[in-house]
Amino acid sequence: MQGVPPADIIQLMPTVWTEPFWQATAEHRLVLPRCTECGEYRFPPTPFCGSCSAQTVEWIEHDGRGTIYSFTVIRHAVIPDVRDALPFVAAVVELPGTGGCRLVGNVVGVRPEEVRIGHDVAIDWYDVREGETVPVFRLR
Amino acid sequence: MTELTMRGKTAIVGVGATPYTKRGESLPQLPMELAAKALLAACADAGLSVHDVDGFALYSMGFDTSLFAQWLGIDVRFTGMLTGGGGGAAGSVGLAAAAIVSGQADCVASIMTLQQAASRFGASYAPRGKPGATYSAPPSPEGSFIQPSGLMGPGQMFAVLAQRHMHLYGTRREDFAEVAISTRNNAIRRPTALMQHELTLDAYFDARMIADPLCLFDFCLECDGAVAVITMSAERARDCRQRPVYIAASANGGAGRWGQAITWFGMPDEYFASSGHRPVAADAYRMAGIGPADVDVALLYDHFTPMVIMQLEDYGFAPIGEGGRFVADGNIRWPSGSLPVNTHGGNLSEAYIIGMTHVKEAVEQLRGTAINQVDGAEVALVTGGPASIPVSNLILHS
Repeated sequence: MQGVPPADIIQLMPTVWTEPFWQATAEHRLVLPRCTECGEYRFPPTPFCGSCSAQTVEWIEHDGRGTIYSFTVIRHAVIPDVRDALPFVAAVVELPGTGGCRLVGNVVGVRPEEVRIGHDVAIDWYDVREGETVPVFRLR
Repeated sequence: MTELTMRGKTAIVGVGATPYTKRGESLPQLPMELAAKALLAACADAGLSVHDVDGFALYSMGFDTSLFAQWLGIDVRFTGMLTGGGGGAAGSVGLAAAAIVSGQADCVASIMTLQQAASRFGASYAPRGKPGATYSAPPSPEGSFIQPSGLMGPGQMFAVLAQRHMHLYGTRREDFAEVAISTRNNAIRRPTALMQHELTLDAYFDARMIADPLCLFDFCLECDGAVAVITMSAERARDCRQRPVYIAASANGGAGRWGQAITWFGMPDEYFASSGHRPVAADAYRMAGIGPADVDVALLYDHFTPMVIMQLEDYGFAPIGEGGRFVADGNIRWPSGSLPVNTHGGNLSEAYIIGMTHVKEAVEQLRGTAINQVDGAEVALVTGGPASIPVSNLILHS
């Protein structure tokens, strides 16, 4: 895939609280944890609700359509391993209907100069290795 | 009811530093050796023996009190540290004051030593074991939601906040340039500064982009050196060699949902494009009993130029969203501006010792001995961070 850093620099570290998210991404599905007590989404997934301190969540499917909240174009390799991937766009994408949950991922399939805050995007999937997939975005 | 406060009860009595060098050039000295040299210099400045020191109030990484005490024969009555990273810089001196006011120690050193030789903060969140990533934090569960995008260094992450600030408020790259250029102008008058050549607007715009909207000159330096600051009770400070510089207030912390900030990106929209300092600014002004109009000189943590602009807003020098216009109007220039900022050349152009040079400069300004002296300076603001919690500050007066 173009516009993403090389797979071998990506390290995922799932915990019991984040594993359902990563299991879903491996199946190219987006799920977000919502508090069963007060209904607030929490993202990234955390062991406690930031509003009511409850622990239990239900995992809600999301269609992965969102808008670019902010972004940067990475043009300098802070480690040599990413040099061949430059330039690439890292964006914060806000997901509607979630109380402001934001996903971070690359925007692919676009010239970096064309990316703007407020652009509508749709989720796509970067298969990093067997059983590990991270979200990326395309303009829609 | 008696007010519980540290206001006016302690003072900075000594400051000291090693020479600052480009990263790696302090070898073969050890990082802790640099720290000891800075402390000995601060003791000499104060007219104290190093054996008068009985406490350590620290922040971030890189310091081992036990080793240090053993080397210098210091009997330790207090050793404490603010959690987190560079955000604790100014607050470490507040921690020293807290230790003294609570009677746990009499003479407390706050020290930062940095040697970025084989390793670089610029790749703090790169995967461990990769070339260039020897300083990296271990992978974290939260990092899994950020790091796959290739965001691996603080500058790239703060660029995301800067981009949002530009979008919301019309802040321009020219405004970032004004921070870089005004700070450079201050640096080139100081022999301690690493950057000694003038920075023009053309040179700024010709520089390579690192992470849009930030270019090379929006980033702080990577260097080696150490700075030490000694705090004592106000009463005992009056017997020291230098004019005391009193601690009016210090605050550290941050809003819960500021949290991990740039390694999380979940901050509420209201203060996403901010420095995270609004809560600690309010705390410090309240403790000091002053407001922004009373500040004569501001030493603002300047790892990246846009974060200076956001701090100017969060400390009330400019309305939210108007920090860019505030700097463009010349307000932060020394000596002509309404609020000279980083008169020492800052992290951007003097040296990046994780914010401790700012404390040293504030002390020199209030003693009246600064190279770029603000006429009649009586009150100085010093900040640490933008960073994850804690961010911190210090209000000093002569």
